Amino acid sequence: MEVFLQTLVAGLLKGGLYGLIGMGMSLIMGVMGIINLAHGQLMMVGMYVTFILFHYLGIDPYLSLFVSMPALFVLGAAIQKYTLNPLMEVDSILPENQVLMTVGIGMVLTEIIRFIFGSDYKSVQTSYSNATFFIGEISFSIALVIAFFMAIGFTLLMAWFLLKTDIGRSIRATAQDKDAALLMGVNSKRITIITFGLGSSLVAAAGTLLIPIYYLFPDIGGPFTRKAFVITILGGLGSTVGAIFGGITLGLAEAFGATYIGMAYDDMIGLIIFIMVLLFLPGGFKRLTKI
Amino acid sequence: MKKFMPLALLIVLLVFPIAVQNAYYQHLMILVLMWVVIGSGWNVIAGYTGQVSFGDAAFFGTGAYTAGLLAHHFQISAWWGMAFGGFMAMAVAFPFGWICFRLRGAYFALASLALNEVCRHIATVAEPLTEGMVGILIMPTFLSKLPYYYIALALAVFSVVCVQVVMRSRWGYYFLSIREDQDAAESMGIDSHRYKMVSLNIAAFLTGMAGALFMNYMGFIDPEVVFSLHDISIMAILVGIVGGVGTIYGPVVGAFVMVGVHEFFRTGFFGLFKGLAALTGSDYLIVVAKYVSHAHVLGFGILVVLVILLLPNGIVGDWNKLVGRFFPGNKKETAS
Repeated sequence: MEVFLQTLVAGLLKGGLYGLIGMGMSLIMGVMGIINLAHGQLMMVGMYVTFILFHYLGIDPYLSLFVSMPALFVLGAAIQKYTLNPLMEVDSILPENQVLMTVGIGMVLTEIIRFIFGSDYKSVQTSYSNATFFIGEISFSIALVIAFFMAIGFTLLMAWFLLKTDIGRSIRATAQDKDAALLMGVNSKRITIITFGLGSSLVAAAGTLLIPIYYLFPDIGGPFTRKAFVITILGGLGSTVGAIFGGITLGLAEAFGATYIGMAYDDMIGLIIFIMVLLFLPGGFKRLTKI
Repeated sequence: MKKFMPLALLIVLLVFPIAVQNAYYQHLMILVLMWVVIGSGWNVIAGYTGQVSFGDAAFFGTGAYTAGLLAHHFQISAWWGMAFGGFMAMAVAFPFGWICFRLRGAYFALASLALNEVCRHIATVAEPLTEGMVGILIMPTFLSKLPYYYIALALAVFSVVCVQVVMRSRWGYYFLSIREDQDAAESMGIDSHRYKMVSLNIAAFLTGMAGALFMNYMGFIDPEVVFSLHDISIMAILVGIVGGVGTIYGPVVGAFVMVGVHEFFRTGFFGLFKGLAALTGSDYLIVVAKYVSHAHVLGFGILVVLVILLLPNGIVGDWNKLVGRFFPGNKKETAS
């Protein structure tokens, strides 16, 4: 029973972070209709920004959120503006060349980072990296708990932003119907740029929150891109609230899989869930909750 | 003129190993021919049917492992893999396609990416069967490269002819109509799910054959080599895109270009930097040479970005545009 509860807690806490990763992808997915295969790589860049700040300037990872998020916003916006938007005018046989483009961008990001930092593992060791507290027999990692609540905070902030602000409304309008939004005077090109920037800064936040308890190397992006993808499919395409539920589900599934099946099957559990969702619940949780 | 180009190319390829005895260039040509096969396979599913696959390595690796495991466990010749590899790859492709073609467009692309990773995991974890990361080593059948070369050439010719025959048949038109507009194709009575499956299985078969050839030629495989995302799956996409999406000879051109580019980076611009460093005695250039030889993935990434932006239909597909850009006066002549 203790093992079960401990696994449950670990899965839930990790799931909150996964939700944050998936939310950025979901947002981009909803507005542009493409899957961003450089998502994990953007997170990796955000983690390296945090790492530099900590390693050279000694800035606490949570404070460096104020740097890594704007930095990744700029990077994401630039990617959208200079590589993805011009593609809309290029006439090509393959409809998915924007997706291919994100793959290329992901490769370039990974390799540039590898050039600068090398392939070896880095970590950010803070005083609270290994700190835990206990409720009953169940241990809670402090960094993960903070990350979980921060992730919830970001989600609420995001929901408020999308529901209440002008730009948020424009983003939702573009996601629902691009042409109609254009006719209503929404500058959809600008919206796509802002959205990609927002998605990138959200995933950078996830990376920054993750780094005190995780390690870092250039190839870390790939697995997280796949996780983000599974989360997006689970939550329903383009649904931000669904992404949180998708994230928590994946977190729980991974935790239970690691405890009861074996650590080596980490990636496979994601795929099995993915196939199950496709078979039994195409459309994801969005279909159940209707939000 | 244009009609005889393939024939001329074939003759050149037939006499190539006799004219060029250098083993290194023969090795490169065998790789080129292997990539022609893989690129043709990718082109069927992605270029003609419009379902971009990021998981060619899954089929390639399955073919390679089929050949390797037959030799490893049953002590029969790995060449049997050429007979079974393609069918084993189809056995992987069939359930995968059956489930994942419920998804459209980009989701299929991602599912194939996941398939790639899962196959690599299985090959790594299932040690009793596949020896895991230790890999499989077999004795090469021939010492000379000539037999491999002609087998690779035969396979490449087979795949190009196969694609051509399929694309001229009824299936080919079904594939194209699915790519252009799936809803319209369905309303015309084309079972899009079934023909996507047909297309995927053709692609998997060709790629699996190439994998079996790779096993026989290289004599050694491990999961990181044959299920590699960058070196196999992305390379297959690049071969297809650089050469020309949805063209018969696109993969041929693409294979030449991409093997060339790969080799270019791997050898550090064909030893240019090393030569320069030796000439000037500068330590700095040696470091640059080392970096360049590690940068082939970066080079690939930049190439993906540039090709998609500037040449989205590849060298063959955008040939007239290319010619028009470099020789503005000649446009009419090449069009005829």
